[in-house]
Amino acid sequence: MQLKAEPQRQLVRLRGRSYVAFVFTPSMPIMDWLAEIDATLARSPGFFVGRPIVLDLSAVDLSRQGIVQLVTSLSDRDIRVLGLEGVDAERLDPRLPPLLTGGRQCVIEQVPPRKEEPKPAPVASLLIDTPVRSGQCVVFTEGDVTVLGSVGSGAEIVAGGSIHVYGTLRGRAMAGINGKADARIFCQRIEAELLAIDGYYQTAEDIDETLRGQAVQAWLDGDNMKITPLN
Amino acid sequence: MERGEGEAEMAKVVVVTSGKGGVGKTTTTAALGAALAQRGERVVVVDFDVGLRNLDLIMGAERRVVFDLINVIQGVAKLSQALIRDKRLENLWLLPASQTRDKDALTEAGVERVIADLRTKFDWILCDSPAGIERGATLAMRYADEAIIVTNPEVSSVRDSDRIIGMLDSKTVKAESGERVTKHVLITRYDAGRAARGEMLSIDDILEILATPLLGIIPESQDVLRASNVGSPVTLNNAASVAARAYADAARRLCGETIAMMVPAERKRFMDRLLGRRAA
Repeated sequence: MQLKAEPQRQLVRLRGRSYVAFVFTPSMPIMDWLAEIDATLARSPGFFVGRPIVLDLSAVDLSRQGIVQLVTSLSDRDIRVLGLEGVDAERLDPRLPPLLTGGRQCVIEQVPPRKEEPKPAPVASLLIDTPVRSGQCVVFTEGDVTVLGSVGSGAEIVAGGSIHVYGTLRGRAMAGINGKADARIFCQRIEAELLAIDGYYQTAEDIDETLRGQAVQAWLDGDNMKITPLN
Repeated sequence: MERGEGEAEMAKVVVVTSGKGGVGKTTTTAALGAALAQRGERVVVVDFDVGLRNLDLIMGAERRVVFDLINVIQGVAKLSQALIRDKRLENLWLLPASQTRDKDALTEAGVERVIADLRTKFDWILCDSPAGIERGATLAMRYADEAIIVTNPEVSSVRDSDRIIGMLDSKTVKAESGERVTKHVLITRYDAGRAARGEMLSIDDILEILATPLLGIIPESQDVLRASNVGSPVTLNNAASVAARAYADAARRLCGETIAMMVPAERKRFMDRLLGRRAA
């Protein structure tokens, strides 16, 4: 004799799950209420397709025959009734959907499909069309800075990329500050106080006198900052 | 510029200040700094005028600025990286101000740290203060042992200087600990002829209002302007000029020497009265 009982195999598994259903509350007269449904269907024919519907009959006093008729007329409109609510069990018959209890209110939010917002194109360059005055500090770590005017003595341009100055560069220019060693500094006339690329710098004093006032570019050749005339 | 520990207490922090702008603080800082350095003292001139730096221009070092006072305060740069040595005098150094930051970047703790650090390296720390009574000016005077109040012989300048003297007696660390900041008045842009005609306040009147010992009288001179424009302290640019000699005398008085006050004036009797006042 076995002491241990054979573990029983469970044939039916029961699990709970909750769904959100629409609740219809018909009102008297039923014909007007159905007309309302028809109007909704006329506006959007697919509105009830695939949506579970529960009928709450607490507001109307219908006979068993009346309930059967209501459910039939709804199914004629392709509305499938999942269950009934708010009615005595004895008024139902087996052909009707089952009686549901314990339903809870919930708010159904219609979430409109989010429109894909057009993403702003990544800004690669900052354009400044005014002179950069003494004391001003332009910091643009994302990319290149282009200045159409001049950069005054005591002004500072700090760029993640290259710096282009179409006037006189009298202040400081620091390019490639996030380790971009291939950044360059271009200017129409160089009178700069300080040029820096990726942490390597030259002050006004280190800059070759013969370059002063010329159009030049500054670039990194390994660990050396080179300043060469343009054209 | 390094020196032994024992000497550290010798360092003097001097603020060059004024109420009104444009009276010649920066010129004075540069001229006195150079004059002291010529005497063999180790001098650093510090530009506290954050946002409107000018001392580097007057010192002729604007082309060599890489790091500044704010960088040091914010810990971006070491003090030794920001100090610029003068090309003419090896005892003279400059700590420049930043033009792109605003004066709020000066913090009390940061200024205290920098001043303490400078005290270990120099005999004289000359702080060029911004004009006015705002934060920048109060921080420049905060740790001062001595103050030079620069004033012009005109009423607005003198009254504003009086206000600054009041602040020196209340808002400095020395004042708060019950000590006194040693104060000197330096009169700049003095024109003897105009003073004689009554178009300017007389030196007597100024000292009467301010009740502070006189450090020197700098005559109105084209040499001062000329020196500024070539980026050289006037005491270096043209040491023989009247203005340069007046600054050199002021520097000697600052060191404690007794030098007869050279009043650029025709009236001899005037000078005698002044000397009497200074001795008092």
